[in-house]
Amino acid sequence: MLPEQLTPANFDAYPPEAKALAAAQIDLLRRLPLAFVPLLLRELIAYDWKFPAERADLDRQFTYLNGLSPEQLVAAAAPFANLKLTVALEKNDWINSPAIFSEQLSAHLWATHQIDAFRTAAIDYVAKANAAKPDPPLPMHRLAIAVIGQGVAKNDYRLFRKLRPQGTYYTQVKHANGVKTLLDAVAARARTEWPYNHWYIDGGAAAPVASHIATVSYTSLAAPRATLQARMTKTYEASVFDPEAFRTMLAQTKPEEVGLGAGGDPVLNRFQLSLLTEGSGTQVFATTFVQWAAREALRRAQPLTLFAHFTPRQRDKPMNELLAETQKRPELDPLGSLIDADMGAYYTWLNLQRLPEAEKAAFLVWFEDHQEALAIAPSLGRGKQSDQSIELADLVGQIA
Amino acid sequence: MHLPDPKNSTPHEIAQAISLSRRRFLQTATGAVAATTIFGSSPLRANALPRNRKVVVVTFGGGARDDETFMPDGQENIPHLLYDLLPQATFFTNVVNQGILGHYVATASIVTGAYETFNNFAAVSPNNPTVFEYFRKDLKRPATDAWVVAPSNGFARIGESAHKLYGPGLGAGVILPKRLLTAALSSAADATRYEHLLRDNYETPLYAPTLAGNQIELNQLAEVLKLSADDFAAHARSLASPDELSVYIAKQLMRHLSPSLLWVTLHDIDIAHSGTFSLYIDGIKRSDRLCAELWQTIQKDPEYAGKTTLLILPDFGRDSDIDSGGNGFQHHRTGDTLSRTTWMIAMGPGIRENTVVDRPIQSTDLVPTLGSLFGFEARYSTGKPVPEVV
Repeated sequence: MLPEQLTPANFDAYPPEAKALAAAQIDLLRRLPLAFVPLLLRELIAYDWKFPAERADLDRQFTYLNGLSPEQLVAAAAPFANLKLTVALEKNDWINSPAIFSEQLSAHLWATHQIDAFRTAAIDYVAKANAAKPDPPLPMHRLAIAVIGQGVAKNDYRLFRKLRPQGTYYTQVKHANGVKTLLDAVAARARTEWPYNHWYIDGGAAAPVASHIATVSYTSLAAPRATLQARMTKTYEASVFDPEAFRTMLAQTKPEEVGLGAGGDPVLNRFQLSLLTEGSGTQVFATTFVQWAAREALRRAQPLTLFAHFTPRQRDKPMNELLAETQKRPELDPLGSLIDADMGAYYTWLNLQRLPEAEKAAFLVWFEDHQEALAIAPSLGRGKQSDQSIELADLVGQIA
Repeated sequence: MHLPDPKNSTPHEIAQAISLSRRRFLQTATGAVAATTIFGSSPLRANALPRNRKVVVVTFGGGARDDETFMPDGQENIPHLLYDLLPQATFFTNVVNQGILGHYVATASIVTGAYETFNNFAAVSPNNPTVFEYFRKDLKRPATDAWVVAPSNGFARIGESAHKLYGPGLGAGVILPKRLLTAALSSAADATRYEHLLRDNYETPLYAPTLAGNQIELNQLAEVLKLSADDFAAHARSLASPDELSVYIAKQLMRHLSPSLLWVTLHDIDIAHSGTFSLYIDGIKRSDRLCAELWQTIQKDPEYAGKTTLLILPDFGRDSDIDSGGNGFQHHRTGDTLSRTTWMIAMGPGIRENTVVDRPIQSTDLVPTLGSLFGFEARYSTGKPVPEVV
């Protein structure tokens, strides 16, 4: 099937809001090429569970595309229309399973050496769509906080090595009740109850925070992780394994199938499930989970405040033992986790830099229960070191 | 590493910047000179090349980025490459892989000298003839003269192609050490003790392809490697990782069969797919040490010393921190320039020492280069011989 053959009935299986949006945009969808439409539908089909920032982004794309003249639309879509696809891709159920189509398209583009052309087209499209409708000004500057190194008594690894050129490195931080101090700073910023603007991600059990702070923790997802791990183990022990079918199984898992359905926020439930089914290593390593969760929260929800608390991951072991970690108390690797989290903090800052008004954003990373921290903000020096004593509350207060 | 703004630079400009950045660092760290500006490209001792030449190729199936290797912050991870091997080697700073960035298909592309396009996770043979088939058919070499030690069961068919003029019976023997170890263990309890050596694949940890190909089986172990299953299992227990197991097998092959063409693929670095930076660094450090160990083995073995070319290259890189489509070191999925631009170390008789070459070459150039070294024609390869090596 080709996009020009689309009818509203094709979207009957979509959730309500996605179905309505698809119907409203069907004239546009019919005029776009096959290499493009399923990628748009991949976002659209999950519209009912999208964060406000994601909805705004999808709306912006439709505004941009609908604003083009017929000739401009043909020109804008040409880099995608020029990609050579296969009949098999046309026959794929790209309307109801756009994610699977996307995977198969990706494999096809790699195999036919068209992936570079696709990359170029995608980057150009996103830039033009973003430029067509600039983001509204933010109500406050963004702040991300990372806490790393829980459980490490002595460390010889040179921390913050990638971040030091960007900010000020503090060597004498007083940190009594450090995690609580930082969570209080998050709570103070989260005065407005706009959904998904303020986030708390913890590699262990989350401390109590206000309900309008979106909270995700590795420990609270123990039961869903165990369910998914059981499925993965079953697949692992099968005599024949099909990796594509396995990925499809993960992609089609529903929140209620892993115990994420009852009573919770459906948008946040979907997000948490995606961390476990789309992330690599998030099911078994707490450090990977926090880094990926922070990345996805920043990319998708574009929050004003994000607090990421890295905790020790289990020590590396064979996959079947890693998958069985929920059945027994795992052996931890605090020092390795500190190195993981140091890189995770750097990636959190990088992902913060990808958001609108990045030039105003602030960032703080603290080595938990130690005197080392690093802060980045427009008001602070870059590549500096401060050996003056400073309270953690004062430090975060300067940039919050 | 300071790269040009990707939005305002061509892939060629970015690749050049990567190359120059590597060269500047190497010149600082090792005092290496640039072959292209000082010596030209002719070999230093071409008229003194040994007879009975041998070649050992080491590929990293799980690329390591410059940030964690050749840049200042990374040098602590590769002391052996930097200070033991590079002073004796020519270093190519700009090796480009334009193919599919999956480890089996990419290694197959290096082995055939042509970009293969099959499904990375399929249990299939390469479509184009492999270097082992050219080597054995053209030079009439016996089966014992070409071997592959491969990291995971997915590489079972890497030794010979599906090409109608070559194929079955003309390729290399393939040893999958982890499969051998599994077979050698007599009980589930044994398997538990050895599981740290048995992980098959980091990218898709649950992938366990159907085995088919010319891989050696347990009952051949004693015959080929002069090693009993019990001795093999006992020694394996003292090793820390699958790559150490692979290098152990490679050394056994060198000791007992002295193959002229030996290909070893290391894979520990690919633990990066789990998102654990510290384990990725551990993999780099281990690969660095194992490469030096192989070179030392070559130098100590009379069958190899003075007549062996060692070539070391990652199959490709990993995603940059900058590309928003990826997640930095964790994967190699974006196809960005950093993930496509890697390096190669060449050392041995006739190859200049302590030398840097910036000129771009392709990973598919390796097989025609080996053809020039050995005297066979890689007729289906799309690459070209690298003059600094031949």
